[in-house]
Amino acid sequence: MTSTLTPVRKRSALTKGQLPKYAPYVVLGVALVLGAAILALIGFNAFGWGVVSAVLFAAGLVGWSGAVEGARKAKDKLATCLVVGAFLVALLPLISVIWTVMVNGIPGLLNPGFLGTSMNGVTGVFDNRAAEGTGPVVGGIYHALLGTVQITLLATVISVPVGLLTAIYLVEYGNDRPLARAITFFVDVMTGIPSIVAGLFAAAFFFAVVGPGTKTGAVAAVALSVLMIPVVVRSSEEMLKIVPNELREASYALGVRKWRTILKVVIPTAISGIASGVTLAIARVIGETAPILVTAGFATSINNNVFGGWMASLPTFIYTQILNPTSPSNPDPSSQRAWGAALVLIILVMLLNLGARLIARVFAPKTGR
Amino acid sequence: MSKRIDVKDLNVYYGNFLAVEDVSINIEAKSVTAFIGPSGCGKSTFLRTLNRMHEVLPGARVEGEVLLDGDNLYGPGVDPVTVRSQIGMVFQRPNPFPTMSIRDNVLAGVKLNNQKISKGEADALVERSLRGANLWNEVKDRLEKPGSGLSGGQQQRLCIARAIAVEPQVILMDEPCSALDPISTLAVEDLINELKDQYTVVIVTHNMQQAARVSDKTAFFNIAGTGKPGKLIEFAETSTIFNNPSQKATEDYVSGRFG
Repeated sequence: MTSTLTPVRKRSALTKGQLPKYAPYVVLGVALVLGAAILALIGFNAFGWGVVSAVLFAAGLVGWSGAVEGARKAKDKLATCLVVGAFLVALLPLISVIWTVMVNGIPGLLNPGFLGTSMNGVTGVFDNRAAEGTGPVVGGIYHALLGTVQITLLATVISVPVGLLTAIYLVEYGNDRPLARAITFFVDVMTGIPSIVAGLFAAAFFFAVVGPGTKTGAVAAVALSVLMIPVVVRSSEEMLKIVPNELREASYALGVRKWRTILKVVIPTAISGIASGVTLAIARVIGETAPILVTAGFATSINNNVFGGWMASLPTFIYTQILNPTSPSNPDPSSQRAWGAALVLIILVMLLNLGARLIARVFAPKTGR
Repeated sequence: MSKRIDVKDLNVYYGNFLAVEDVSINIEAKSVTAFIGPSGCGKSTFLRTLNRMHEVLPGARVEGEVLLDGDNLYGPGVDPVTVRSQIGMVFQRPNPFPTMSIRDNVLAGVKLNNQKISKGEADALVERSLRGANLWNEVKDRLEKPGSGLSGGQQQRLCIARAIAVEPQVILMDEPCSALDPISTLAVEDLINELKDQYTVVIVTHNMQQAARVSDKTAFFNIAGTGKPGKLIEFAETSTIFNNPSQKATEDYVSGRFG
């Protein structure tokens, strides 16, 4: 006996039963057909079809897997079904929103002059003509776009220094003192403030300081910064915290003062995170409606002065166009403009998010490899 | 360009916890002094008190005197920043500034303090410091590249270059080789031998061979048990500590018969 040849088996002893690769597709097909059949009995609708098919698919795949592959693989399949299902449920409203806004917004956006004209002088007469088909849809969002940019910019100018300096105090000087703990607590509380309350605060503040009925872009900017500051504090604080203590010590050991260490070592190291946090905070407040309604009113014409006069913004433009159409008898042109404005707003937020990623990448410390 | 350090009856605290008790030691100028001892015995803590880095941690404080050529570091009105610009430090893990190039890392002590320096002087300082740290030949063609792209051993020598660029009187090293491979360790040890011509060097190490190789004098620290303060057991010429120590604990530790 010199040779100890292993007998050639059909299947390795180390494997168990396995579902064929095409198993999920087969189950999916059967589930879709069965689902359609069941729904046909009780009255067909797409949503019900999706839900019933999903349940049938999960049950079928898990059951088949349990029969062929055993309990462990079946549990694995069940978990996979749940995870993917949760993902789809989370994604559904998002895609639905983007789709709806695109479909309804693109006609408005493609209107000539939509981005370049204001609503100044646009009356119900024009909208009635447009609805009858005897004239174009006129008017646009230029004034609202300008207002949004001005208000948000001013809000950023107010919030970033306050928020960043607060974060620096908390991380570098706070040492868990009572003051630092109080600030942390109130920042947390501020994060949860309803936006209308921020608007009312700013309105009441300017009412008391400047005079009754003060509604300007600046008041709106103050309201927005009330909402923005806690977000900036939180994100900057997290970014400053993850700067390794070794870098601070290295700087101290070179005989560098604490404030210079913070300014030249800690902040540059964290700047990418801070900048993208700020960008995300801007994206967060740019779509606020309620605080702007009570602080800046709504204008139909261009206002270049953020410190005087009512000012429009994209969210309030959408709100008024839907709620008070320019021509009450023919609201369609107004709603077309509102959808167009909504699309522009979503694009702005998307660009800000992309900008945040870009900033994070550009400012990130180079590895040099 | 080097000063001696004399420590008198130093107690080091973290809050109310006494971490190092009653240390008195005289460190000669232009010599290498090694601190050895088991983990947690307070060598690093004591080292950090020598340039007032200890108090950076919240609640940390010190009682006693540390004299740098006769001037008490802990005297009233002494600015810790002045102390640290005279007594440099190299840390256990290489920590070059990730946002800066190799050149800027070397110049960090100058630039972060906003001192004006001409480009020619800066170039000379960079070259002198990097040569002093035995790193010049390896990085001279990529001075504008980030310091974090270097290998661990190169990063540590970059940190040493950064420390000597501010021209301190004393250089403290807290286990500078514990994160390095043997070749990088050798490079740093060679460097320490050269540094002692100009600087007073104090080094904490876990590696007794390293202490024997690089130091003139060795201090052995020990701890009686957890929660007890660390103490200086014996301080003598390195050859005495390793060959003929006067204390039983020292002999046990250096011969590996500890505990």
